[in-house]
Order: sequence, then C-alpha cells, then structure tokens
Amino acid sequence: MKAILASGLTDFLSDAVDLQVQVDAIGLGAVFALMAVGIGLVFGVLRLVNFAYGQLIMAGAFALAFASDRGWPVVVGIALCFAVVIVLSLVMERAVFRPLRGQSPAVMLIATFAVAFLLQSIALLWFGSLGKTAASLTELNRPFSVGSVEIRKIAIVAIVTAAVCLALLVLLLNRTSIGLHMRAAALDFQTARLLGVRANRVSAVAVLIAGVLASIVAVLLTVQFPTVTPTFALRETITVLAGVVVGGMTRLLPATLGGFTIGYVSGLLGGALPTAQSQYLPSFVFGLVILVLLVRPGGLFTRGVPLQERV
Amino acid sequence: MNRQAALQLGAPAGLIVGAALLGALVSRSTEIYFINALVAVSMVVALYVFVGNSGVLSFGHISFVAVGVWAAGVLSVPEQEKPAFMPYLFGFLSDTTVGNVPSLVIAGLVAAAFALVVGLPLMRLSGLAAGIATFAVLEITNNILRYYEKIGPGLNTFSSVPETTDLAQAAIGALVVVVVAFAYQRSRFGRQLRATREDPAAARAVGISIYRQRLGAFVLSGFLAGLAGGLYVHFLPINVDAVYLDLTFITLAMLVIGGTTSLWGAVVGALAVSGLDSALANAENGLELFGRTLEVPAGTRIIVVSALMALVLVLRPRGLTGGREFSLARIAGLTRRKRAQEVAS
Repeated sequence: MKAILASGLTDFLSDAVDLQVQVDAIGLGAVFALMAVGIGLVFGVLRLVNFAYGQLIMAGAFALAFASDRGWPVVVGIALCFAVVIVLSLVMERAVFRPLRGQSPAVMLIATFAVAFLLQSIALLWFGSLGKTAASLTELNRPFSVGSVEIRKIAIVAIVTAAVCLALLVLLLNRTSIGLHMRAAALDFQTARLLGVRANRVSAVAVLIAGVLASIVAVLLTVQFPTVTPTFALRETITVLAGVVVGGMTRLLPATLGGFTIGYVSGLLGGALPTAQSQYLPSFVFGLVILVLLVRPGGLFTRGVPLQERV
Repeated sequence: MNRQAALQLGAPAGLIVGAALLGALVSRSTEIYFINALVAVSMVVALYVFVGNSGVLSFGHISFVAVGVWAAGVLSVPEQEKPAFMPYLFGFLSDTTVGNVPSLVIAGLVAAAFALVVGLPLMRLSGLAAGIATFAVLEITNNILRYYEKIGPGLNTFSSVPETTDLAQAAIGALVVVVVAFAYQRSRFGRQLRATREDPAAARAVGISIYRQRLGAFVLSGFLAGLAGGLYVHFLPINVDAVYLDLTFITLAMLVIGGTTSLWGAVVGALAVSGLDSALANAENGLELFGRTLEVPAGTRIIVVSALMALVLVLRPRGLTGGREFSLARIAGLTRRKRAQEVAS
C-alpha cells in the first residue's frame, strides 16, 4: 500500500514538473488572470461582484462562432466579438450596475445573477443548447515541438497576450488621469467623488476595460474550446471568482495573482492527476480553496494584517 | 403569542394554505406547478433561516438540499429496483429501504449532520470569504455525488423513488418549515443571531458568540433544506444536476426578491417567482386567450423571469416586502398615507 502510494506520488510529481504540463498550466493561469483583472477592476470601483462576466465572454464567443459560420475573415470575427462584448458591458453598466450603486453586495450579486441568466437564456433561444462552432483560429491549437516536448501554440499566445495586457493596464492605471481616478475610487469612492472624480465616468471606464479583457478571453478560449454553448465560460468564471477571493478581492494585484494561481493549480492538477481521479478535480481545487480561506480569510496575497471586518 | 406575532406566522401560513387550496381546484397538469411552488417555499424558507437571520450570504445551501435528495432518494428506492441503476452501492445502502415519512426525517438529519461538519470550520468566516467557501462546498458535494457511484446513482436520475409528495404533503412540509423558522426567529437564539446581523460589535459586547449563533442557524437551516430535498426527490424523478447551480441562483433570487430579512419575504418571494415562472411555462404550451391560442416561443420564460428579477432589484432593492414581517398596521398606514395624498392633491 505504502509502495503504491509512493510510486503514485512520484508519478504525480514527475508529471507535474513535465514541461508540457507546466506550459499548459501557465497558459490557463494567464487566461484566468485576465478574467480576474476584469472581475477585480469592476469590484474595486463599484464593490460589485460581476457574476455575469462569464456570459459576456460567452456572447463574444458566439460572435466569433457567428462570423466563422458566415465564412467571414478572422479579423472581422474578432472585431465583431469586441463590439458585441463592449456594447453589452456598457448597456449592463448603465441599466443595472449604475442604478444599484451603493446597494448591499448581496443585492448587486443577485442582480448580476439575473443578468447572467438573461444572457444565457437569450443565447439558448437564439443558438440552441448544442451551440455553434468557432473554427476560425483552430490553427493555433496545434502543437509545435521543442526538443522532445510538444507545446501548443495557444498556450504561448495566451501567456504573451496576458503579459502585454497586464503591462498596458499597469501603464493606464499609473500614468493616466483616468487611471488615477480609478485607483482613487477603488480606495474610497465617496472621498474620491468629493474630490471631483466623476463617478459615472470612472465606473463606465472600469466596465469598458473589463469588457475589452472579456473579448480577449473569448478569443483565447474559443481557440481551445471551439464549441460555444450557452454555458460557455461559466465554469471558468466560477473558478476565477473563487481564485479572486482567495487571492484577496479588495486589491487588484492580489486578485490577479489569485486568478492566475487557481488557473495554474487547476492546470497542474488536471495534467498530473491520474485519470481515475481526474473527475474529482473540482473537489481537489475547491477543497484547497476552503483550506486557504480558513487560513487566510483576508486573501492569500494581501500584505500585513487584513482589515478587521466588523461582520 | 400576541396578536402581532400570530399575524406574522398566520400570514405566511395562510399564503401556503391558500396556494394549496387553489392547487386542489385546478386540473392535474396544473397542480404540478403548485406542488413545485410549495417545495420551493420550503427551500427558500430553509435558506432564509440562515441567510436572513445572520446576514451572511450562503451559496452552499443547495448542497444540503442535494444531500437530502440523495439520502431520501437512495433509501426509498425499493430494494429490488436498486441494482438496475445503482449497481455499485455499498451493502448497507442497497439492503435498506425506508418509508415515506422516515425518509424525509432521515434526509433532514443527514443534511443537518453535514451542515454541522461543514459549519464547524466555515462559520468562522464572514463576508465574501464565507460566500465563496460555501460555494466551494456546493461544488465538492455536486462533484462527489456525481461521480462516486458507491453511494448513489451518479449522474443517473433517481427513478422509481415513490412519488409521495402530493399537494397535501408539499403543503404540510412547507408549513412545518415555516413554523420551525418562525419558532426559531422568536427564540432567544434567533434574536441573538439577528442582533449580530444588525451590529456585530454591540452583540459581542453583550456576550453573544457570533460563531455559535451562526453555527446553530446553519445546522437548523441545513436540516430544513434536507427536508425540502427529501420532498423534492419524492415529487419528481431528478438527478444530481437538478440540485446545483440553477437551483442555487433561483432560490437565492426568490429570497432576495421577496426581501431577505423576513420570513414573510421568503414565502412571498418563493411564491411570486414560482407563480410567474409557472404562468409563463403554461403560456409556452399555448395560452387560451379570448378564444384564440397565443403561442409564446419556448425559452421566453427564463428571459422574462430574469429580466423581471433584475427590474425588481433595481426598483426595490430591499425586496417586494421591504424585508419586513407582515403587519396590518403597516398596510393600514400605507392606505391612510395614500388617502392623505389623494386628499392633498
């Protein structure tokens, strides 16, 4: 028994350090980090957990599928994807987020549930439960060889895209006045307003950036999972939400790191767990989530003693 | 019990009895909707016992419903039917079959035990961390029930569970849940927990242990949720995915739409949303209106329900009832104010 366990563990470890598994896991972590930024940015400014974020990605993916169905060029498909997601985000902000600003977190979260349901059922009615195929960029899903290991191009593309996006975002937040406004609003919305930060503009810009990131994620995800159904990206969103809270929701950097970590760990466990156990992957991941939350309820990557919550 | 308290229990109980009586008058095919609504009332009130009184959002309560579904389902399938769709069952599970009422009680007890095990560590958390941790419990419960075929049917449907949840039993179940919830919120424990919701620091200062009060409510609402799960599996042949994300969202939405902080709100929310949902489902099958059949395309139901949900939350963020218990004085006050406005204008 002990020998079996030991050999299982060595198998697990040798699979885990396998370069292919590593690159895939980092690629998944990169995509999740982008989603975490999209969720964390809106949370920072509006104190709203946007559960409908996954449905924005789903809408973008359907736009890509729609374009590839019609045989339109890839660039047009991606442009359509961006347009659909950005318009939807701004409508969502204007119709739901803005009127609910300052309400209790539970009410805002349930409202985004409702929006998520709405978008999902519209997709169901429009495209059916079997979904459509977005086949435009499948070429990127093919592997190329480095020495003896095969690495899928999309993993590299995802990592590079995420790095570029995050760098641009850091520049925007630190070097522009709207970025300064957003950081101020994230720290203290009321005081920021008193000092002349325009609330509606800041929240619209935060939602807009989140929308841009959602469309990028839609493009990256459809390459790996070309079948787009109404529940596309739903599981990923749930996992990222957990990761964001584990990392530390109140600041953007810990939230992003949390998103990356949960993606990386899922990728690693998914690649290294033996097949018999891989169906229990969600149990492993969410078991870890509970453990980390119990040890560091304020966030894994937050510095110092977390603010004592009064609740 | 004074008059006001009697009304606070009587109003939700009256609504339930009213819904049951209405359900008894309609055709068999429509009756289903009423049973469904009454089971939803049990689930939402069970959720309210914890969420409403403690103010902590839980996404994990449907895992207690799922445990109730599993316990009542796996134990009440007749022994000779079990090998057909649950071939890998542990011995004691495949050899035991219990009757209708015992299976409901067991469902509640097993769910309560599960809630205790989960709550012991998790009730130390609060805010978003508590929300995500309870959600993680839901994920793990669903994942294990779905794949671990030694304890249940996995992804298969719980077929050949005796369908004992009729209108009467659903109504009695909902009434039991409402009475327990009412007794709890009038008890010193319920009052202490609500005190921690309103002002944690002050509650602590008068010697209330937030952890213990939350844990107590968590276990009690776990019991009620398990009972509701038992009713559910005796009502329809369902599988593990019927008690997962969608049900979590819809029950939370019912609670928030009704008004999170009152029993009256939980019952009103559950009945209002299920009523609307059923009416639209009926319309999808063709609606007789002034002698003409109105066809509503399939799928409109969820669209209308979720759009209305968002609308209610935007217009009335505290829910339909404002999160307050039923009171004649307030209704009288409202009409008086309205009359005064009319006079003034």
